[in-house]
Amino acid sequence: MNMKYVLLSASLLATSTAFASGDNETLAASNPKWKAECSACHIAYPARLLPAASWLAMMGGLNKHFGTDASLDASSTTEILAFLQQNASRKKPESTLKPTLRITETRWFKHEHDEVPARLWKDPRVKSAANCAACHTTAETGNFNEDHIRLPK
Amino acid sequence: MHLLKLKTLAFMALTIICAQAEAQTQQETLAGLQQQVSETTGFQGFSAARGEQFFNDTHANNWSCATCHTRNPANPGKHIKTSKLIPPMAPAINHERFTDQAKIDKWFKRNCNDVLGRACSAQEKGDVLTYLMSLK
Repeated sequence: MNMKYVLLSASLLATSTAFASGDNETLAASNPKWKAECSACHIAYPARLLPAASWLAMMGGLNKHFGTDASLDASSTTEILAFLQQNASRKKPESTLKPTLRITETRWFKHEHDEVPARLWKDPRVKSAANCAACHTTAETGNFNEDHIRLPK
Repeated sequence: MHLLKLKTLAFMALTIICAQAEAQTQQETLAGLQQQVSETTGFQGFSAARGEQFFNDTHANNWSCATCHTRNPANPGKHIKTSKLIPPMAPAINHERFTDQAKIDKWFKRNCNDVLGRACSAQEKGDVLTYLMSLK
């Protein structure tokens, strides 16, 4: 068995393990720069929640980031974008014309939250659908498992 | 064994020296701003009172610094859009404030754009820092 084959098998095994391990571990993909910068004003939203094209558009428009200036120096932008794209959603983008920037506008998000009553979205403790941690108590660690959901009462 | 210990100690010392080289005191930050503005005609120093007013005034974009940092920046603030907690701005309470030049530049750029729709002058930054440093 030559070395190339061993390496290939090892990497295939690693890939299949990653797929088999389910959502939570993949959502927890992390990078120190991404974590530090993206969690300064909100939780660092997991890379897997948007496709690569969305992250490209997001990181290209940080000076006008949902109504605030979130601009970063060039080297941080490059490093964070590379991390986001490497770990982005592999699903086909929903629109080829304009990449979705809001996770809450993706079909996936709407489907996952279709049982959430309207009054809960309006609750001042939730305030915005972007406030994952209002119900997902372990959102900051990338764990969105149902076991850790606590609705405000 | 001794050599290994010596190496470890030397490495630790070097790490501490490097960390110190990056950090600066709030006084040094203020001195840097003063250097930028001192060549301007009529510069009469920084003022905590002017800084306080600038901090609390609503500017071009209908926001003030106090919108998120509150009118008492010795207390924690809250991001107006995301509700995320913001640690206090006053260096007397939060010793890390205004000690990292890259961080200082990043946030002045962002927040001045958000609140004023333009960059802040060195005079404005110096006044605000003087105000924040006056808080106990």
